[in-house]
Amino acid sequence: MSNLLIKNGRLIDPLQELDGVTDLLLSGGLIEKIADKINPTVDTEIIEAEGLIITPGLIDMHVHLRDPGEEYKEDIISGALAAAAGGFTALAAMANTDPVCDDPSVVRYVMDRARDAVVKVYPIGAVTRGLNGKELAEMGRMKRAGAVAFSDDGKPVSGGLIMRNALQYASGLDCLIIAHEEDLSIAAGGVMHEGETSSTLGLRGIPSAAEEAMIARDLILLESVGGRIHVAHLSSAGSVELVRQAKEKGLKVTAEVTPHHLLLTDRAVKNSGYSTNTKVNPPLRSELDRQALWEGLFDGTIDAIASDHAPHHPDDKDVEFDFAPFGIAGLETTLSLLLDEAFSGRNKKFNLPLLVEKLSTAPARILNIPGGSLKPGCPADVTIIDPLRGMTVNPEKWYSKSMNTPFAGRRLMGAPVYTIVDGRVVMKEGVAADYSRIN
Amino acid sequence: MQTLRRKDILGLEEMSAEEITLILETARSMREIMQRKIKKVPTLRGRSILNLFYEPSTRTKASFELAQKYMSADSVSVAGASSSLTKGETLKDTVRNVEVMGVECVIMRHPVSGSAYYLAHNVEASVINAGDGMHEHPTQGLLDMFTIWEKKGRLEKLKVTIVGDIRHSRVARSNIWGLKKMGAEVVVAGPPTLMPPDLEVFGINFCSNVEDAVEDADVVMALRLQKERQESGLFPSLREYAELYGLNTQRLKKAKEDALIMHPGPMNRGIEITSELADGPNSVVLEQVTGGVAVRMALLYLLLGGTKEE
Repeated sequence: MSNLLIKNGRLIDPLQELDGVTDLLLSGGLIEKIADKINPTVDTEIIEAEGLIITPGLIDMHVHLRDPGEEYKEDIISGALAAAAGGFTALAAMANTDPVCDDPSVVRYVMDRARDAVVKVYPIGAVTRGLNGKELAEMGRMKRAGAVAFSDDGKPVSGGLIMRNALQYASGLDCLIIAHEEDLSIAAGGVMHEGETSSTLGLRGIPSAAEEAMIARDLILLESVGGRIHVAHLSSAGSVELVRQAKEKGLKVTAEVTPHHLLLTDRAVKNSGYSTNTKVNPPLRSELDRQALWEGLFDGTIDAIASDHAPHHPDDKDVEFDFAPFGIAGLETTLSLLLDEAFSGRNKKFNLPLLVEKLSTAPARILNIPGGSLKPGCPADVTIIDPLRGMTVNPEKWYSKSMNTPFAGRRLMGAPVYTIVDGRVVMKEGVAADYSRIN
Repeated sequence: MQTLRRKDILGLEEMSAEEITLILETARSMREIMQRKIKKVPTLRGRSILNLFYEPSTRTKASFELAQKYMSADSVSVAGASSSLTKGETLKDTVRNVEVMGVECVIMRHPVSGSAYYLAHNVEASVINAGDGMHEHPTQGLLDMFTIWEKKGRLEKLKVTIVGDIRHSRVARSNIWGLKKMGAEVVVAGPPTLMPPDLEVFGINFCSNVEDAVEDADVVMALRLQKERQESGLFPSLREYAELYGLNTQRLKKAKEDALIMHPGPMNRGIEITSELADGPNSVVLEQVTGGVAVRMALLYLLLGGTKEE
């Protein structure tokens, strides 16, 4: 493995509190050195990064890869290529596959397939067998096999007792539970946020209370039995407040938000003429909720941003609204959407160090996986961003097999230009290296 | 404006007062055709229409079919139970197949809100929404307005009270949008569990007490109560609903003496409305049905038949 020298880029690493123009040397798959000026040796490849931004490799901690079971929507290889194209060097894959990742054999399958993937893929195991909400899955054995966290995401753990048991049991193994918070009886089969827009569109609403009631329950359980909870995809102001209060109490809780909940409201359903690409769970909520999510991000209540990449085949989405599956595919848009927001000046408090913290430092810390920093000795996972590179969201050109995005056609400023995993360039100027076809 | 400058009729929220006025005026001349002994004009001769009903319907379907026949259009009707939907074919594929047979207009009733938009975006034919889920039922809204307009001579500044399950009613939504555009005041009444969330967005008032809601009303409209709402816990019993919210002569005392009594049908007699009222002198329930054919003739004419000068 040759050396890679990235010269004169603006290096941002929140963990080391670095933000300045410097050189970065990668060697042997690890971060070797950060210095004002590093001279290359003979076998050193050089990336001239003047005007570019160098960050620790981005980590998407909430991705659905549909593999095994629904590979026509996405598979581990295509999902990893999409991640690389989007500037991610690692991702965590949710357990709601078919079969469900509720057993060490499925964990190992994912890890085996991931060897041919261009980015690092970390399996997340299920909390309950078959996501049935009744019996605990073998969290300990799955952790030993390589699972980094546990989640029934896609579904809530509806029963309070099983959630209590899961938290208590997981606390003994120091396993993280990622919670999809939704009281299905309150959601009552809704298809979008309950509010003004659902009223006029005549679509069944999912009240914010469906999420908040479940978060409240789980935080109370967390307080009583211990453990660690990461709340997936927060969507409402009330949810942010609940997590804020729990953090103030000192509970071990972290939370994430998606780019689409930060950038869109339920008006998108109306403005798009009922486009099923706006159908997502939790639903896009009100402007007040959206503002509260940003506030939560700024004050540290929300630790991370994750895409909740939920790919669906175009045929699955090309139906009447009620019949379409929930989900937005986000691996290839997340970074550029956030860069555009940071560069546009619309959100004055949103800056690049914060973006890197939420997309890299925090996910690595929460999942307790390598990366998230450019400290010497860390894996040489690096993302290089061109702040001046414009991009138009065009799902037809994606590496992902899916096309379900409400952002299609949107012109964005800022894009990843290099994705480097273990010192190897896996994406250059939008073109990803497909190792599965080479090997 | 002499013609509708739009391809589809999807809802009244997006329709202007001028367009509504044009449709109502055109419906008036269409009703004149219905009063003739030979109810047939050649206006839509050679035009092809598909009636696609994914939900059961008696009066809306019959009304559209008669409107088409009175205007000499060629039409086919497909009902949900006998359609390829039950064989798993998508709506888009179904309609595309029918479209290449030469259909120029599709009338669709569908259980999913927004499905009329979905269809309209996917076919070149004109689409008339004959009811999509809980969203809109624009031709019902128009025929209700037509009935009021005929009886009262205006819509502006009338007080219209709608009682019942507003939350799940496409008829209520279309009426609210249409009546508000035409300058009427709309008040809704019923149990709060049957009201849409954030109903201020419609620019209407809610009153949980029906007696207060109908005070000085020029029109009182009852909506059909779906009995399955009780099972989903939205109200305790039909008996309690009838006692607290059902329309009867006693409850309407505060309304204007000549207040019109309306119901989009089919009626649950004795629950949302008593027979005494439904069949009484102020009831225009059957006029609504007649007006429905006229309004649908007007829409087909305006969408497919060209301008008034023809």
